[in-house]
Amino acid sequence: MSTESIPAGRPADRLRDGDTPVTHAPSAAARKVGGVAGWIDDRTNGARGINYLLRKVFPHHWSFMLGEIAMYSLIICLLSGALLTIWFVPSAGHTVYDGSYVPLRGTQMSEAYASTLDISFDVKGGLLIRQIHHWAALMFLVGLTVHMFRVFFTGAFRKPRELNWVIGTVLALLAAIEGFAGYSLPDDLLSGTGIRAMEGFVQTAPVIGSYLAYAIFGGPFPGEAIIPRLYAAHVLLIPAILVGLFIAHIVLVAVHKHTQYPGPGRTNDNVVGHRVMPVYAATAGGFFFIVFGVITLISALFTINPIWAYGPYDPSPVTAGSQPDWYMGAYDGALRLLPGWLEFQIGGNTLSLNIALGALVLLPLVYIVLGSYPFVEKWVTGDDREHHLLDRPRNNPTRTGIGMAGIVAYSVFMFAAGNDIMAIKLGMSINDITWVFRIGLFVLPPLAFWVTKRICLSLQRRDRDLALHARESGRIIRGADGSFHERHDDLTDYERWILVQHEPVAPLQLEPEYDENGVARPAARKDRLRAKLSHFYFKDAVNPVTPAELAAAHHDGQQAEAIEAPFDYEGIEGDSDHTPGNGGVGADTNAGRGGIGSASRLRE
Amino acid sequence: MNEQDSTPTGGEVTRTGEFGSGAVRLDQGHIVGDGGIPERFQNPGFPPHAVRGADLDEAAAKRAERIVGGLFVMSILGTLGFIVAYFAIDSEATIFIPGTGSTNAVHAVLGICMALSLLGIGLGAVQWAKTLMNDHEAVEERHPQRSADADRAKFVEIMSDGDRESQLSRRPLIKYALGGALGLFAVPVVLPLIGGLGPLPGDDLSVSFWNGEQEEDGSYPNEPLRLMRDPQNTPIKASEVTIGSVFHVMPEGLLDLEEHILEAKAKAAVIVMRLDPDDIKSQKEKDWGHQGIVAYSKICTHVGCPVGLYEQQTHHLLCPCHQSTFDVTQDCKVIFGPAKRPLPQLPITVDDEGYLISKGPFREATGPSFWERGSA
Amino acid sequence: MNALAARRRHPAAIAILLMLGLLVTGFAYAAVAPQPAKAETSSAEDVAAGKQLFQANCASCHGVNAEGRATGNGDKIAGPALAGVGAAAVDFQMGTGRMPMRAPAVQAPRGETQFTQEEIDKVGAYIASLAPGPAVPSEEDVDPTKGDPAKGGELFRVNCAMCHNFAGSGGALTRGKYAPSLEGVSGKHIYEAMETGPQSMPVFNDGNIAPEDKRDIIAFLKTIEDAPQQGGHALGSLGPVTEGWFAWFFGLGILVAAAVWLGQKSA
Repeated sequence: MSTESIPAGRPADRLRDGDTPVTHAPSAAARKVGGVAGWIDDRTNGARGINYLLRKVFPHHWSFMLGEIAMYSLIICLLSGALLTIWFVPSAGHTVYDGSYVPLRGTQMSEAYASTLDISFDVKGGLLIRQIHHWAALMFLVGLTVHMFRVFFTGAFRKPRELNWVIGTVLALLAAIEGFAGYSLPDDLLSGTGIRAMEGFVQTAPVIGSYLAYAIFGGPFPGEAIIPRLYAAHVLLIPAILVGLFIAHIVLVAVHKHTQYPGPGRTNDNVVGHRVMPVYAATAGGFFFIVFGVITLISALFTINPIWAYGPYDPSPVTAGSQPDWYMGAYDGALRLLPGWLEFQIGGNTLSLNIALGALVLLPLVYIVLGSYPFVEKWVTGDDREHHLLDRPRNNPTRTGIGMAGIVAYSVFMFAAGNDIMAIKLGMSINDITWVFRIGLFVLPPLAFWVTKRICLSLQRRDRDLALHARESGRIIRGADGSFHERHDDLTDYERWILVQHEPVAPLQLEPEYDENGVARPAARKDRLRAKLSHFYFKDAVNPVTPAELAAAHHDGQQAEAIEAPFDYEGIEGDSDHTPGNGGVGADTNAGRGGIGSASRLRE
Repeated sequence: MNEQDSTPTGGEVTRTGEFGSGAVRLDQGHIVGDGGIPERFQNPGFPPHAVRGADLDEAAAKRAERIVGGLFVMSILGTLGFIVAYFAIDSEATIFIPGTGSTNAVHAVLGICMALSLLGIGLGAVQWAKTLMNDHEAVEERHPQRSADADRAKFVEIMSDGDRESQLSRRPLIKYALGGALGLFAVPVVLPLIGGLGPLPGDDLSVSFWNGEQEEDGSYPNEPLRLMRDPQNTPIKASEVTIGSVFHVMPEGLLDLEEHILEAKAKAAVIVMRLDPDDIKSQKEKDWGHQGIVAYSKICTHVGCPVGLYEQQTHHLLCPCHQSTFDVTQDCKVIFGPAKRPLPQLPITVDDEGYLISKGPFREATGPSFWERGSA
Repeated sequence: MNALAARRRHPAAIAILLMLGLLVTGFAYAAVAPQPAKAETSSAEDVAAGKQLFQANCASCHGVNAEGRATGNGDKIAGPALAGVGAAAVDFQMGTGRMPMRAPAVQAPRGETQFTQEEIDKVGAYIASLAPGPAVPSEEDVDPTKGDPAKGGELFRVNCAMCHNFAGSGGALTRGKYAPSLEGVSGKHIYEAMETGPQSMPVFNDGNIAPEDKRDIIAFLKTIEDAPQQGGHALGSLGPVTEGWFAWFFGLGILVAAAVWLGQKSA
């Protein structure tokens, strides 16, 4: 496993590698620990596996901690949620509140709501636990979303991690459902309105809608069954699946060994970082406490879901600004944007696509699209190798653009759910805002794709420029022949490596439609689509500088131009300055081709 | 282009060999000759290790130690503060927090102490790892995920041995019977679950409390009911409904229910408004109302939120959930937003004492659409 | 005794008794019912002074005699006719700084009032003299200590929360109109708004929400306004949207900063 400690010498040394060298007698404390550990190991044979795990290497980057934010928030949710079950009464049974919150005393409400009020006001520290639970739930969803962004944009979902990406997608879906179930439990006016909307869109499922709604609610809405059922789902069913999949997710991370960003010394065949014992244990363990501490501090100082202010659920009242938590916002926003004409009458039956599309279709669709992306990309690129080195997002402009388009589309839906809050806070018309979102839904994602891709390509060109010509030092040197040029500082090998390490890419070429025997290949049609998609992905790829190009740039600016031309790439503005002494020779041609031509083409 | 397959780039970056190679390309690409220069850059290997202050200077290390220790002590103090606050602070006590104002003291102090307790541990551990722990990076080799061919062959062998030894393939009766049994055994678990989830809806979604209690023959009395204020539960005189007024209404008797009151409200909630009769453009709306007093279902035809936002100048009813806007002058037709159908109107009149009463129930299902609701 | 008995049977007696009864009831009502009491205190001088103030500040939109004025383009009214809106409407509109309106807009925003309470009262007296309308409520009518906040909360959620939000933070209406925040609005102005239905707001007359119910609502609003923050900063009491923003920008921001610090090599 480890290369640093194994002398690449005799095989006999390797055999002894696992042995602990006996240098001195262990201290009394060490013997005591050893005794307990020994007792356990005698019965479990655990030392080998534990040793393996303790010596595992994890690379570090701040973006690798995003998943840990999600993981730790989940753990905080489990801890605080376990505490809340001690007091929460999952019942829709009627009761009259007589707790210490004056503005609700004497009000009719459900036991679920009354017990949530008791947690908030009559259990000391109970409100803190409730707010930790809810803020941690929001941070769990935020954390897993940005973690997903990181994995997507760096291409970490590629082989062999497609499976783990799919597991992560299911986790994300379950987390959202789990959050919605929890949001609905206190039976306050806001959460009840949320369930009301849920009932409404379940009811619109074609043919089986009303049956489905009566099955979920155990009869007419709201009924008394939904709270116990949501409770069972929220504390038992979904968490069990969530934790199971989460463990599988982590085990697969360990099995695959964590990906790493490219850098000097880092290859596709190694993993460079700190071992679990002690550095990674201290940083990752410490980060758990940091996440917990930050969430606690937020919970101490900022109210979340003030259920006492909403009042008990009643189907007749409603509050302005009725929204779900943010992770369900996209679907609520879709319900706001879809026009009414999508409801149809078909032979005396009603088909409400204005509702079903936004909720029953969009929700699973988001996760299906996410889950299938790795397989689509694999098919388009034909790349079946294992990838453990991450892409820098700029080095895959098309994927990065697709990702940004997806994020923008999702965001349009999500922001649409806040159109009423925007209207009052920005002093705008809610109707105008709705129309802006409706149009934005079609305009913004392609725009985001295009802009992102152009930015990536520009960054890649800048990288090339930097790799070829290094930094301008600002020092002007006068040559022997009287010419002036600016001296460029060379990059170190380490600095350059980041800029040139990625693989060059090119679109797939079509194979001939007929093989050498003149027989039509049956796959030709599929290949055409694939070649087209591949062209879409890679047609304007900017490939990394090669040693030959660098040598040419060093030797003669003109030659670099010649080599770069086929790449349709221009990074050289003034040319005669790259190498001292090439002054007069190519000056005129450079001015014509490199200087002006490249500048104008760059501006395209 | 697939240079790395054909051109060993050497060093640690090489992706040749069985592992990590074999990209499928329809076209193997044009491989450019190198003429002595390598096709691609070589990985330069690890940069020299940068040494930290605390590695060289014992004073710096001591300083780092004190910071780490101090953070852990902060955590202990936070926990102690939590315990003290838990017992010492009265639940009703308040403290002033800048930017927030008067705040419940127990909540804020407990939270801040707990955060200090947690952050002390977290920040201390990280600071310790950053400043004092060995910062030399370790390297681990990766191995392909694919099992060795021998292992895969072994798996196939074990499975086919199992097939042979169990005679599964040779005994089709067992094979199909077992398949059938396994395919069906979940039914006894699932059937009671599905069967017990809830009653069938029947016509339940199409009737409301305004229909009255169902008779034994399945019909409804559909008798007039008084319109009652929600939540005061008092009847409404037509004369009290002045122009521009809006009343939130429940059918007579609903608010006296002992149980299933919310289920009844969810379908029967009504909003009553009075307009200048000249403003009403729909004859049906006028006929079903009383001198400009009109009653509409308050449950949105979109997903069922209460449509309570009545603008008395524009006569628009707005749903706060998804902004469906209904025009009360045009029989509550949808003029904006995602709903399709107008709000159902409740026909009303006045009784002998001048109180508003219903003239029969809603003529169509209230609330969100569903498949068999009919085209009414 | 005899004579009295004889007079008791006199046909006029019944009429006199009725008159007396009516008078007593009337005086008792006048003593108990607070609203008209104040309206009657306005003198003729007040009305005249109010008319002057009206013509100087309001007539450009509402007409010289408060008859309302239409603008040039169609049925759009620059200012509605004011006969019958009552002193309560004047007190609300001018007391909350909505009138005189500074610039044409979909809705008159709340602002600093430019008039003293006496001036507003005089304009109110003038408007009330045009036609009877709701009067300004008495101190007692709007005294939150006399109301039941729990009952007021229930009424608030059914009648008000759909526009003004659960905590009175305000909400959006159609086409740029909005239900304003109720924070810091005096009990008197809340009462007057319910009574008169300003702008988009419907009217909640005494037949709809009785005066004591209105007082309960005021008591509820004052209770939640004065209550300490139970769980820390309320983030505007706007619901999950602000909470989501906060989690994304503040929560994630701090945690990412911590992650960056964690990975930085120590000096």
